[in-house]
Amino acid sequence: MQLNVILDITRTHLLSRLKQSSIAALGVTFGIGTFIVLMSFMTGLNKLLDGLILNRTPHVRIYNEIEPSEVQPIQADEAFSSAWNIVRSIKPKGSEERVHNALPIISTLEKDSRVKGISPQVKASVFYLAGSIELNGVVTGIKPLAETRLFNFDEYIVAGSPESLAKNRNGILLGAGVAKKMSLSIGDRIQVSTARGVLVPLKVVGIFQSGLAEVDNVQSYVNLSMGQQLLGEGKTYITDINLKLHNIEDAVPMTMEIRRVFDVSAVDIKTANAQFETGTSIRNLITYAVSITLLIVAGFGIYNILNMMIYEKMNDIAILKATGFSGDDVKNIFISQAMLIGLVGGLLGLIMGFGLSVLIDNTPFETEALPTIKTFPVNFNPMFYLGGIIFALVSTFLAGFLPARKARRIDPVEIIRGQ
Amino acid sequence: MSLVLETKSINKHFHNPVDFHVLKDISFGIEKGEFVSIMGKSGCGKSTLLYILSTMDTNYTGELFLGGDKVTDRDHDELARIRNAEIGFVFQFHYLLPEFSVLDNVMLPARKLGKKSPSAIREAAMAKLDLLGIASEAQKKASMISGGQKQRVAIARALINDPIIIMGDEPTGNLDSKNSENVFDIFKDLSHSQDLSLLVVTHDRDFAEKTDRIITMEDGKIISHGK
Repeated sequence: MQLNVILDITRTHLLSRLKQSSIAALGVTFGIGTFIVLMSFMTGLNKLLDGLILNRTPHVRIYNEIEPSEVQPIQADEAFSSAWNIVRSIKPKGSEERVHNALPIISTLEKDSRVKGISPQVKASVFYLAGSIELNGVVTGIKPLAETRLFNFDEYIVAGSPESLAKNRNGILLGAGVAKKMSLSIGDRIQVSTARGVLVPLKVVGIFQSGLAEVDNVQSYVNLSMGQQLLGEGKTYITDINLKLHNIEDAVPMTMEIRRVFDVSAVDIKTANAQFETGTSIRNLITYAVSITLLIVAGFGIYNILNMMIYEKMNDIAILKATGFSGDDVKNIFISQAMLIGLVGGLLGLIMGFGLSVLIDNTPFETEALPTIKTFPVNFNPMFYLGGIIFALVSTFLAGFLPARKARRIDPVEIIRGQ
Repeated sequence: MSLVLETKSINKHFHNPVDFHVLKDISFGIEKGEFVSIMGKSGCGKSTLLYILSTMDTNYTGELFLGGDKVTDRDHDELARIRNAEIGFVFQFHYLLPEFSVLDNVMLPARKLGKKSPSAIREAAMAKLDLLGIASEAQKKASMISGGQKQRVAIARALINDPIIIMGDEPTGNLDSKNSENVFDIFKDLSHSQDLSLLVVTHDRDFAEKTDRIITMEDGKIISHGK
């Protein structure tokens, strides 16, 4: 009942000053709209970049580092254990690049509940031969379907598909640079020769493009078994084991565990991409800072307009108080005016933000680095819209609170006497 | 006879810029159905007294009773409720809310009181406007009607919650003689037919002489109770 009266007065005041109210509301609209656009666009970009790195990078990579032994034979001899041993010019022991006991490691890890999937790889240095051209290159043997499932391998592929590689044992996915240099396209044949002199004819089933010219000019992919064949090795020869975990937070402890249990080299995603997270958090910080600044500016606009409104409405305030409205009633009238401006402006801001986000989402954005991205990335997260409207209400409440408190304190006698 | 309004030795000082004893030992009472006017020269404190009686000014010493209850020292919210339910005001300047319709202006205090349903309030407001002969203006905006009409709307608003007393601060001060006579007749009629108490501060000797009793003030003191 009481609330009704107050809202009625609020509405009449706002409607009778439609221009002022609209300008105040527009301030909020622009603030919230920009907030939504900024947040959607920036987090969309962040997500895209995160996706580029995080989704395509193994959470844990197991490999065999070629390095000198930490423990030299002399240290194992008890007779010299108390002596100060100096060994000069230590060199690594001649050993293979493969991960020792790769298959048992894989089958053990497959049973681990933290692991989402495992993708083994074989890396081989090769020459590409087509006609008279001879190019240096690296061929990686992979399981195409596992790579696609775990690391979005298909996002790199600009012609052909991972499936066509999986179906064709003699297939090869050429790097875009290699294909261009050798004028090869899908269906053409290429010969690959390894350092050991093995010469294998392969059929081009697809082209991939990572966006990094250095990679695209040398890298190609074949099936795992073909990779092993190129090296003249058997099924146990695996140079890298890439793990994807269910929870990325497990990467660090699990990497330490793997090192300890299997006595292999392993690196986790956080160590490999430490600088990346810093970039993401700084971008987020900037986004929030700019958005909040916008909303604060809108809040000052409302504060100003309400302050003026109260000076104009001195007589009304005096008469309301004289006829029995309490100071709190008057305060509530002005606070509800502010919040109504915030609500209407905020809702319009959400609509504006959504509209602009859709527009951006449909704006063409083509880049070499991201062959599968055609438009700007936008993150349509409902939480931004919820946050936007809450911020609109909170900031207009605060902007209205001080003027409203002033209105509450106005002494009607002073106004009436002053006439 | 029961006193609708009574004061016991009310004193008030203004402290700014210098201490000034504006009301000195004011004690008087108004009976039910009595039509009383307060007269005095400018600056004698009669308006100040009215604001104290109206409960809007609480900065005084002494005691004020309304309808037999002491209202001195009550908190502001309670005083607002008392103003709303028991006192009707008519000011020199009409003091309507300009953006609201005439009817809304009259209805507002009743809606604040919240004792009747919206439709009953509307009916009561129309009845009051009818009583004052301005029912035809009910839907107009308050800023669109003439001064005399505004004053009648203000009276209708003062009456809407059936108060025990109506207070007026120069209610005819801003009106021509015809309209002021009109307002006087309305007051007189209310006091006689509805047994309503009225207290009017005025400069207008013709107006005052027609009331039941004139309280005369000078230099912050009552010099005549007019009985």
